[in-house]
Amino acid sequence: MAVARRGLVLSVLAMLALSGVYVLALSHTPIEARQGLAQKIFYLHVPAAWSALLAFSLVGICGALYLWLHDPRLDRFGAASAEVGVAFGAVMLTTGPIWAKPIWGTWWTWDARLTLTLFLFFLFVGYLALRAALHDPGERARFSAVVGILGLLLVPFIHLSVYLFRTLHPQPIVLKPSKPSLPPEMLRTLLVSFVVFTLLYLGLVMLRYGLALIEEAAEEARDG
Amino acid sequence: MPESIRLALAIAAKDIRAELRSRTALLSAVVFAALVLVVFNFARDPTALSATVLAPSVLWVTFALAAMVALNRAFNVEREHGALDGLLLAPVPRGALFGGKLLANLAFVGTVEAVTLPLFVLFFNVDLGAALPGICGVTLLATIGFVSVGTIFSAMAVRTRFAELMLPVLLLPFMVPPLVGAVQVTSRLLADRPLSEMLGWLRLLALYDVVFVTLCTMVFPAVVDE
Repeated sequence: MAVARRGLVLSVLAMLALSGVYVLALSHTPIEARQGLAQKIFYLHVPAAWSALLAFSLVGICGALYLWLHDPRLDRFGAASAEVGVAFGAVMLTTGPIWAKPIWGTWWTWDARLTLTLFLFFLFVGYLALRAALHDPGERARFSAVVGILGLLLVPFIHLSVYLFRTLHPQPIVLKPSKPSLPPEMLRTLLVSFVVFTLLYLGLVMLRYGLALIEEAAEEARDG
Repeated sequence: MPESIRLALAIAAKDIRAELRSRTALLSAVVFAALVLVVFNFARDPTALSATVLAPSVLWVTFALAAMVALNRAFNVEREHGALDGLLLAPVPRGALFGGKLLANLAFVGTVEAVTLPLFVLFFNVDLGAALPGICGVTLLATIGFVSVGTIFSAMAVRTRFAELMLPVLLLPFMVPPLVGAVQVTSRLLADRPLSEMLGWLRLLALYDVVFVTLCTMVFPAVVDE
């Protein structure tokens, strides 16, 4: 049960740090000249997207490792990561349109990146639905691993197939071949937010992992 | 002929024979596809959108929905009377078993598509003309991809409580790349565009087939073996 407690402590700390990110973003970071205050959502949206994609990739990798090693810890981690990833995905998919309405003039557009993340989100909701519909732990672990692996390989295909439509989404500004095109204060706030969201991801996954351990113990006690 | 191919063909033949004897699933899937086409016809405003503009999407949405209905039944028949356990106990490599089920599903979905296509021409007054071989080709290319993923998911879905719901939820995201590609190629074929404009999409469809047929054959044992 120690994992759950450590996860709880880490999550609470990350939440406190997140309020720090708000303060940093709102009062210690310059306002973007063209987008105005709407751009502030960027410090929340981009790190949430990062955490969601990190979570979904780890589900796929854990799935592949599970089919190889058959270690239940990998399955538990994959499940926890998928659930947390769906939560971050929901943050990403709600903050995106809020920003897009004033800036693009539309809530939603079928742009490559938007479509990709939306389908990933649906895929992992499906992953969780499948887990919930299966009773046998071994079967659940094997099936989820298969969906995780197939999902990981689906990403490049969705990306390729929707990329051919023109993309509206802002191009990468930090991870690109040339230097980041952001003023240093904005970059600082963004990087702090990245760290905080990664910690929050870790904390929530640990919490969920610990909860899965408790659930399994309870199930075992009930079945005697 | 290599042993595994012979076994795969035997399994596919068994499925097809069983299907031809009852014909209920095949008939229902065909009727379902026809109904989807009819519904589409009423869902469009003929003064605003011409049939040819809408044709590729109508065709592919119908194919996708019909395939979903067809795939739902693929492992349902194996569930009854523990038929799958019998198949698994037989000395058949899992790859051949997957290949057999995939071939049977392809035959099944292919038949539904073959009946739907003339109905589509009839209802939507589309002149396929010289595009017919091309459309058959792209249909095969796209169908192999999503039917192989669908075969895996169908084997998983029958083990769950809401099989009929679980399959579409899992499979639809995987249908996006083949469907987008197939719609793009179909609309270019109908507009009589040169091959060079479709090549990128055709490559994507072929790559999808290679990747997912290989991957599904590899992970299939994890789905059926305890």
